[in-house]
Amino acid sequence: MSELTDLYQEVILDHNRRPHNFRVIEGATSQEGYNPLCGDRLTLYVAMDGGVIRDVAFQGSGCAISKASASLMTDALKGKTADEARALFDQFHAMITSDHAGPTADLGKLSVLAGVREFPTRIKCASLAWHTMKAAVAHHSDATVSTE
Amino acid sequence: MQAFNVDQVRADFPILTERVHTKPLVYLDSANTSQKPEAVLKAMDDYYRHANANIHRATHLLSERATALYEGSRAKAAAFLNAPDLRTIVLTKGTTDGINLVAQSYGRSTLKPGDEILLTWLEHHANIVPWQLVAEQTGAVIKVVPINEAGELDLDQYAALLSSRTKIVAIGHVSNALGTINPVKVMIAQAHATDAVVLIDGAQATPHLVVDVQALDCDFYVLSSHKMYGPTGTGVLYGRASLLEAMPPYQGGGDMIASVTFEKTLYNQVPYKFEAGTPNMAGVVGLGAAIDYLAGIDRDAALAHEDAVLDYATAQVRQIPGARIVGEAKHKTGVLSFVLDGVHPHDAGTILDQQGVAVRTGQHCAQPVMDRFGIPATIRASLGIYNTREDIDALVLGLHKVRELFV
Repeated sequence: MSELTDLYQEVILDHNRRPHNFRVIEGATSQEGYNPLCGDRLTLYVAMDGGVIRDVAFQGSGCAISKASASLMTDALKGKTADEARALFDQFHAMITSDHAGPTADLGKLSVLAGVREFPTRIKCASLAWHTMKAAVAHHSDATVSTE
Repeated sequence: MQAFNVDQVRADFPILTERVHTKPLVYLDSANTSQKPEAVLKAMDDYYRHANANIHRATHLLSERATALYEGSRAKAAAFLNAPDLRTIVLTKGTTDGINLVAQSYGRSTLKPGDEILLTWLEHHANIVPWQLVAEQTGAVIKVVPINEAGELDLDQYAALLSSRTKIVAIGHVSNALGTINPVKVMIAQAHATDAVVLIDGAQATPHLVVDVQALDCDFYVLSSHKMYGPTGTGVLYGRASLLEAMPPYQGGGDMIASVTFEKTLYNQVPYKFEAGTPNMAGVVGLGAAIDYLAGIDRDAALAHEDAVLDYATAQVRQIPGARIVGEAKHKTGVLSFVLDGVHPHDAGTILDQQGVAVRTGQHCAQPVMDRFGIPATIRASLGIYNTREDIDALVLGLHKVRELFV
């Protein structure tokens, strides 16, 4: 059961029970994320201000891993630029998919999700919010590019 | 034939002694795919060692052996379904393939704009999407029979939806998501009264129920080998001979033709007209062995055993605080779908797996059923002839672990 408690750490269970930034941001860019395999579904709201993520929030239903991941991600993204958010995506993705448990970039609170890599069927749960974020940010930067 | 003895049956399935995450395997996912008895594994192995050659095509001995085995499986499938003759048995890749074949061949060649295809709210995506494709191609319209809170079809609505516009009725015999056994015999008679043609999706029925296509009087019946202890990638389409004969080919290729020139190609007779290309021969041989295996056990006793395990599972899961069973039809077989308050099914699935208990969690390729009950997913424990009360005890113990962690 040790791997199981690695996966379901108390922090993850807390974020599942009381997710942070679980709300709608009126007028913000929104992006749907959906995992048809398990039915996880979320809407991510990203409000950019001068190239910086001013506010980010989500709504939806999903398993503990996907909800905790979305919750932790929204905390981590505030104040980041689009490029920084994309870099964080890459680091997070490497952390949950890397074959060896060796040190990856220190991702602070996000590192509680590192246990996911031992559960290949759950990687999609942890990455759903992140893929959604990547699409939302791309969407937004496209829009920004077109206005410049 | 011997009396049903679950210990003997378990001994026939080598994988059941497997350990997962250091725990003994408790396999409760047979509605997803069943495990295979030694007899099936051996038949396929023997086929490759002693008979492998292409069927219907060569004069040498191995081809004769392969053809005899392949056609032997067709005869076994005909007997298994009590089909009137071998022409009515098309060997397919599985249920999905069978439904697509009927939709694209029968449906596409007969449906007109405004014609109706009647489905039910219980259907697996494989009995929805092929009809949506042909509806788009022909201008036909899809109608859906609703279900009640227990997960049973609303038969008054079914009768009301049937009309002279209804051309095809496609119904699952047993619901994969909820286990509901639909009263298909009555429904077929009602559909025939309005001249509709009826396809029955038997993927979840044939592992449990004895099926007689002549008694049912259905026009098409489809099944998958892998749900009934045979290998993946093969299945059966039973079709009424007069319909199959009138239908255009589904796919073109070798073996489905009588003669080919660039001016005109003549098609082979049924059922070969629908079997283009080199088929999954070893798979078909395995299917034949699975049918033999089922013929060797007392199916009524096996069903009574499975039903007793399902009743036990239902009673045990009901006692878990916060558990709610989804689908409480009066007539059910093989499936217990449920949710646990405060726990997403996917999390429960991972925790159960760590304890050796294999269940399916998710939508079960039946998103409309989930939407109907307003839930994103369920935990589904599904049974085969090899499951026991001890398996259910392991499930319940696992579910208590899930609750410890989450509630």
